[in-house]
Amino acid sequence: MAPSSTTRRIGEPIPAPEKIPVKLIVNGVERQLSVAPWTTLLDALRDHLDLTGTKKGCDHGQCGACTVLVDSRRVNSCLTLAVMKDGAEVTTVEGLAKNGALHPLQQAFIDHDAFQCGYCTSGQICSGVGLIAEGNAKTADEIRELMSGNICRCGCYPNILAAIQQAMGRP
Amino acid sequence: MINFQYARANDVADAVRQIAADPKAKFIAGGTNLVDLMKEDVERPSRLIDITRLPLKAVEETSDGGLRIGALVPNSDLAYHPLIAERYPMLGSALLAGASAQLRNMASTGGNLLQRTRCYYFYDTATPCNKRDPGSGCSAIAGLNRMHAILGTTESCIATHPSDMCVALTALDAKIHVAGPTGERSIAMTDFHRLPGTTPQRDTNLQADEIITAVELPARGFAKNYTYLKIRDRLSYAFALVSVAAAMELDGDTITEARLALGGVAHKPWRDPNAEAALRGKTADRAAFAQAADLILRDAKGYAHNAFKIDLARRVIVRALTQAAKATPQSQSNKKIR
Repeated sequence: MAPSSTTRRIGEPIPAPEKIPVKLIVNGVERQLSVAPWTTLLDALRDHLDLTGTKKGCDHGQCGACTVLVDSRRVNSCLTLAVMKDGAEVTTVEGLAKNGALHPLQQAFIDHDAFQCGYCTSGQICSGVGLIAEGNAKTADEIRELMSGNICRCGCYPNILAAIQQAMGRP
Repeated sequence: MINFQYARANDVADAVRQIAADPKAKFIAGGTNLVDLMKEDVERPSRLIDITRLPLKAVEETSDGGLRIGALVPNSDLAYHPLIAERYPMLGSALLAGASAQLRNMASTGGNLLQRTRCYYFYDTATPCNKRDPGSGCSAIAGLNRMHAILGTTESCIATHPSDMCVALTALDAKIHVAGPTGERSIAMTDFHRLPGTTPQRDTNLQADEIITAVELPARGFAKNYTYLKIRDRLSYAFALVSVAAAMELDGDTITEARLALGGVAHKPWRDPNAEAALRGKTADRAAFAQAADLILRDAKGYAHNAFKIDLARRVIVRALTQAAKATPQSQSNKKIR
């Protein structure tokens, strides 16, 4: 059997790879990047494109602060390698407002005071936009369940739920 | 994360050629588990072969009334697929019990099969772990083992398999289709994952140069009498302490066919033909369910912090079989257990 790739072999050199060209359409604008294979989409957005609205929380897919939309689906950008998304359309919290008007879910977060420290908020909003587009959540229980990938340590969940219900046009 | 090379595979044959050429390479699809393990320095591939462009994204009906699910179908697409909802709702329910909406959007069917354990010591490269570093020892046996296995354990490893999807696939008698340098073969789901034995570094019987191409479901889907009941430390987005996939076919009150698979209790989804045989022909009542629970748990062994799982599993099995018999499957959004 081949040795497990999980076996630690200290000092064994691995040649540094070439940077790889990647095209992303970020918030409607085509961007050309040159990234290492291990650059996550999160780091590409924040460090290469200066789009710091997307937050790095746990960096392990457990908190949801890094949630963005890739080809209209919500994903954890911290577990997404940028090179694998060549040609994809990426929407971050910076891309939700249109013509100077907030996205209805952004406005709803303000209306319902759905954040305190704000660190999770861009991930919550991108996740909520994805949830509404998916169309699988109708009841409050379903919204709570399908937002469970976004942690809010300030505990603003009731107001986040209310904001999403408002944006969905539900009482 | 260490430096690695990145390559794309153009088709299945190309993917197999590339993986066979580099024993330290790994395939990547959703990446939800692999990228995390690479960040933790647990996985150290020299090369990632991106298979996301391969044509393995279809859900197709088979000629014998079953379903063939491409290895790259995302977990969320599969969970909400109309044919799954109509014919295999236990699989859809199990998928929705796992991870979060974002992760399900990313994670592939094949990747879910290849998830690695969430044992804390497997993740912690400062501690011994036979699965990560064969021969180094198991830190969990005498360590913190609340989440660990109660069935099929050995002195080498007491880790659990983390997947919910795999528990339902086991109960449904799925088949895993794989391709390798010498052609294609299929592996019964019950034989796909391994018990730890003395080689816990090997999670599955997939060979290093093989790729999963599809999961096939037989026609029998148990769409009426089923449940997937998962018990965990918080109501959502947590791994199972114990989960149960239960399904049956009934003639009046008499059980004519039964399936029972457990998650969160062993190195692989746990199924026991004796427990299912004991249910067949019986009246679907609490006594029969309790007997099946006793049978499937007869060799259960607890460790310092997880012995509670034995009693918990017994109760969850009885409750799950009751839900299945009454055709009142567990909701994955309203978490009240009835």
